Amino acid sequence: MFFNEEFETLPREALEALQLKRLKAMVARVEKSVPFYKEALAKAGVTSDSIKTLADLQRLPFTYKQDMRDSYPYNLFAVPMEDIVRIHASSGTTGKPTVVGYTKKDIETWSELMARSFVAAGVHRGDIIHNSYGYGLFTGGLGAHYGAERLGASVIPMSGGNTKKQIMIMQDFGSTVLTCTPSYSLFMAEAAKEEGIDFRDLKLRVGIFGAEPWSEEMRRDIEAKLNLSAVDIYGLSEIMGPGVAIECCEAKKGLHVWEDHFIPEIINPETCEVLGEGQMGELVITTITKEGIPLIRYRTRDITSITYEPCACGRTHARIARMSGRSDDMLIIRGVNVFPSQIEAILMGVEGVEPHYVLIVERRDNLDTLEVQVEVGENIFSDEIKHLQALSVKIEKQIKEMLGVTCRVRLVEPKSITRSEGKAKRVIDNRNKA
Amino acid sequence: MHVEQISIFIENKFGRLAEVTRILGDAGVNIRTLSLADTSDFGILRLIVNDTEKARTVLKERGFTVSKTEVVAVEIPDRPGGLADILQVLDADGINVEYMYAFVERCGENAVMIFRFDETEKAISTLTGKSFNVLPGERLYSM
Repeated sequence: MFFNEEFETLPREALEALQLKRLKAMVARVEKSVPFYKEALAKAGVTSDSIKTLADLQRLPFTYKQDMRDSYPYNLFAVPMEDIVRIHASSGTTGKPTVVGYTKKDIETWSELMARSFVAAGVHRGDIIHNSYGYGLFTGGLGAHYGAERLGASVIPMSGGNTKKQIMIMQDFGSTVLTCTPSYSLFMAEAAKEEGIDFRDLKLRVGIFGAEPWSEEMRRDIEAKLNLSAVDIYGLSEIMGPGVAIECCEAKKGLHVWEDHFIPEIINPETCEVLGEGQMGELVITTITKEGIPLIRYRTRDITSITYEPCACGRTHARIARMSGRSDDMLIIRGVNVFPSQIEAILMGVEGVEPHYVLIVERRDNLDTLEVQVEVGENIFSDEIKHLQALSVKIEKQIKEMLGVTCRVRLVEPKSITRSEGKAKRVIDNRNKA
Repeated sequence: MHVEQISIFIENKFGRLAEVTRILGDAGVNIRTLSLADTSDFGILRLIVNDTEKARTVLKERGFTVSKTEVVAVEIPDRPGGLADILQVLDADGINVEYMYAFVERCGENAVMIFRFDETEKAISTLTGKSFNVLPGERLYSM
């Protein structure tokens, strides 16, 4: 099923021709209207007229998150304020947030891409979408909301938090689709269980989870506990919001990037060299239709790989692999690169282990130490010490074998790891505080 | 002939043991005997109480990980060599003791030991076969 069959299945040649045309037009717009890009393009020696093929994209300068902070709030906007109809901002964990503006057409494009994403996930008119992404400055809530309305499905604007009410509404309103972060879906299922409600008995059929990296093992866990088909969605406010890329329910093998609006590239984050298909690196996105705040080669910091192989669903748009983390989430422990998602995958591979964990990194006597806290639920609890110790050793050994890093597993009481209603906090790095 | 025991996972953190016993006390559950096995990170508190189900429910409600285990209570003559005699009998039949601890009350002239065996049924038949007195749970809960 498609929302916009013509564009979603556009033959690659036509798709690439469209990308080139749109790229040139976008560069022509920003070189005139955004002083930051005017300067950066001049410095790189590129003009819109000199772009002849898509390979010329590599001559364009990168845009960094810091550039957006330096342009706070509106200096990267490419249209006058009269044309901006919506403003969003990303959570500024350090300092000022990054601000984005949308024209009426941008909102329409976003709604369409989100509607396409819903359909790719297996959602249709008649579905009741329980939208637990936060409404507000964060793009998740409104992005999914507009897409749902564009599709013509019924949307419940729940936003995040108030878990008891979420569960009641989901049960009473007969929600068939759930949109939230993957960790919050499990949190809700767990909370429901305590109230005597089994999520598997609800009408939920599809779950669209994003805004944080998760693993294939976590997907299996969610699908078993919630009895629904779980797909991964990707997006970031700088580029648009949710719906930049989505997994199709037919293949669930990589997320299609809507290439008629975005050009993805994978680069080596250190050397900035563009990598080929299948190679892991940082995702870089160029927005080619955006009017409010077009971005050239935006460094997302998200680590993935790309493939242009045809997909079972019939969409011709390239697929990026499930995010393995952010280049800034990457932990370097005694020189070894570790992503929290890799540890999650190992934990979820151990029978009975719940996906609630936290990684604590410390430096003792100039040596990095990694502690993995794992909750002891009923599934893994034994009343004999030796069995619990064997479990810790087993996890430690697997992490050592698969990631090459020595860690210490600490078994903790259930619920002692803080639950998150938004993005889960998986890492506590105490190394820089000392 | 089994005795029900509940086991609780407890992190080695200040006040956890006090909290467990307070929860049970407030629920009117009487602890008949207990043992605590511990490591540097965590401990396992094993309890025999007058109301196993109630103890389990209230602890689970408060977020503790609780499991129920079947153990065996045996009367042991309170004299030198009393425990050795029993262990010898079990040893001869190849039965392993996973852990054991003493019951606080005496049963007449005898002491009472709580055993967790690797093979519970076999242990009971070995012991009763050798005329040791295995106590049923009900006796213990109300002793």
